[in-house]
Amino acid sequence: MNFAAAVSVALNALRVNALRSFLAMLGVIIGVGSVIVMISISQGAKAAVDAQISALGANSLQLRPGSSFRGGVRGGSGSATPLSDEDVEALRETVPYVIAAAGIIQQRGLTAVVDGVNWSTEVAGTHPDYFIVRDWDIVEGRAFTVPELDGAARVAVIGRTVANELFPAGGAIGASLRISGVPLEVAGILAERGQSSWGQDQDDVIFVPATTMRNRLGGLSTAGVRNPVQSIWLGIDRARNMEAATEEITDLMRVRRNIRIGGTDDFAVVNFAEFLRARNETESQLGLLLAATAVISLVVGGIGIMNIMLVSVTERTREIGLRLAIGAKQADIRNQFLIEAVVLCVAGGLVGMACGAIGALVVESMGQFPVSIEPMIAFVAIGAAAGVGILFGFYPAHRASRLNPIDALRYE
Amino acid sequence: MAAPATLIRARQLSRVYKLGGGDVHALRGIDCDIAEGGYVAVMGASGSGKSTFMNMLGALDTPSGGELTIAGQSLLNRTPDELAAFRNQTVGFVFQQFNLLPRTPAIDNVALPLLYRGMPAAQRRERAAACLEMVGLGDRMDHHPSQLSGGQQQRVAIARALSNEPRILLADEPTGALDSRTSEDVMDIFDQLNASGITLILVTHEAEVGARARRRIVFRDGRIVEDIQ
Ligand SMILES: Nc1ncnc2c1ncn2[C@@H]1O[C@H](COP(=O)(O)OP(=O)(O)OP(=O)(O)O)[C@@H](O)[C@H]1O
Ligand SMILES: [Mg+2]
Repeated sequence: MNFAAAVSVALNALRVNALRSFLAMLGVIIGVGSVIVMISISQGAKAAVDAQISALGANSLQLRPGSSFRGGVRGGSGSATPLSDEDVEALRETVPYVIAAAGIIQQRGLTAVVDGVNWSTEVAGTHPDYFIVRDWDIVEGRAFTVPELDGAARVAVIGRTVANELFPAGGAIGASLRISGVPLEVAGILAERGQSSWGQDQDDVIFVPATTMRNRLGGLSTAGVRNPVQSIWLGIDRARNMEAATEEITDLMRVRRNIRIGGTDDFAVVNFAEFLRARNETESQLGLLLAATAVISLVVGGIGIMNIMLVSVTERTREIGLRLAIGAKQADIRNQFLIEAVVLCVAGGLVGMACGAIGALVVESMGQFPVSIEPMIAFVAIGAAAGVGILFGFYPAHRASRLNPIDALRYE
Repeated sequence: MAAPATLIRARQLSRVYKLGGGDVHALRGIDCDIAEGGYVAVMGASGSGKSTFMNMLGALDTPSGGELTIAGQSLLNRTPDELAAFRNQTVGFVFQQFNLLPRTPAIDNVALPLLYRGMPAAQRRERAAACLEMVGLGDRMDHHPSQLSGGQQQRVAIARALSNEPRILLADEPTGALDSRTSEDVMDIFDQLNASGITLILVTHEAEVGARARRRIVFRDGRIVEDIQ
């Protein structure tokens, strides 16, 4: 018997028992549906973390004064000596893996004004390398330059939120805005970054040269250090050099800050990406656990299919006997029931896929978890469902094919 | 005129059912030859082994001992699939209880043996339709069994047994579930089929039915006690 004929025999049998077929499918529908919801949630969490990591810039490290930043808890202390532009230059010159370095001075709550429109935002003074370290593209205009930095030029690069608030009609490039009464020319607009992993709007920011910040906008008290910065961002050439770079930076900074052998660091080198990955690991383990639960429900669905197929084989024993009596081979009978089980499961898988996708969208709309529905899950769903059909349909089908024709025909 | 060739040859054929309370000897050494084109009625009391014998001939059941050769093939020590091919192509079986697939049109019931032979769908339909015409049901092809009378259902079953053009037609009490009028219609069909050359073996309790056959074999207690040509 050929495959098409076998499928049509199976479909016919399922149609004759439509309600039971549907009930048998229900377990698979729920199983496949929950697998899809779980996969979508864990994929969503992974995508969110990936986005956060890429927002940090590839292979970036942050150097900050004060005690270390470990396990997500920052030890208190702002009393440590601030870092300075001299540290930035030393790091850039001495540590071989460093391809870009930028100190940064940040101040929140400054007001930017354009034609009487006020917007309270964060202003950050830095080096043009900052945009390189953070992989942050300028989508309109340009970044400020090193000569502009040296000359404390009145230029600014603004985030998307600031651009939208102060220049709702566009035309920001070349226009002027005022901060603390100082007019600055907008040189460029940054690409949109969205929320940080701490829920902060990363696009609500204005960047100016560090010198401009210190000399004209009056940021940061000098605290006895010339050209101080709050922290230093360092771009490392390769991911595999991150550890070596961290060590060299630490060694250099200990020398520069006169820390004796055995003394504790009064600064910290932070790898945020690693920190985020570590946090994500817990999340993805939770996702795995949920996916395992979903797989268990799929297995329960499979057991339901096996049960219904065993009932069906018993109920149709005389039919099987008749088919054997008129010349069905064992494989014909086995395939008939196997195809029935697979058709049931794949149909259940398709419905489950639709339910799962809807469920994932509902979860997304509740806004608790980021969700990512990928086209790949269609294959996962159909593959899993067909697998369940073959796995749990095989035993009943095998049993049907091994019946003895005369016993089956006489079965009451 | 040369004697027709032997189609079925049974030697010391036996069948023992092993039960908890002791063995049941349903057949106790049957010796029997049936010629090509024969018309044989198998008769005897209830429980005498008639159905057991028929099931052997139809390869539905396996002998416990002895020899059985049909159309030149021994039916002993065959794989299930070899026996399936034999049932599909060499014999046609008609049951007392019709055994049609419910909720399935007559034509699909008749085409079923052709399906297992691997015939393409269009050809199956054509052949099945011809078989239904042969038993006088050309106008009932799309009826389901539940929409047919007992006699009509048995005629569908005969059409199904004929669809693969078997050399032997086996019928175990084919009129057992029918009244005498419809029995006669069914028997007329059997007579015609035998006249056209098919070897016919049928089990019956009814003398009128037995009278149509050219040979009567009588069973008692698992043995042939009478064989009247
Ligand atoms: N599956 C079985 N298990 C045990 N014994 C069986 C089985 N089938 C038949 N028998 C026994 O074998 C013997 C012959 O049975 P068989 O069905 O061949 O009789 P029969 O001549 O066809 O009778 P009837 O005219 O009532 O149909 C009987 O004694 C019966 O009880
Ligand atoms: Mg009987």
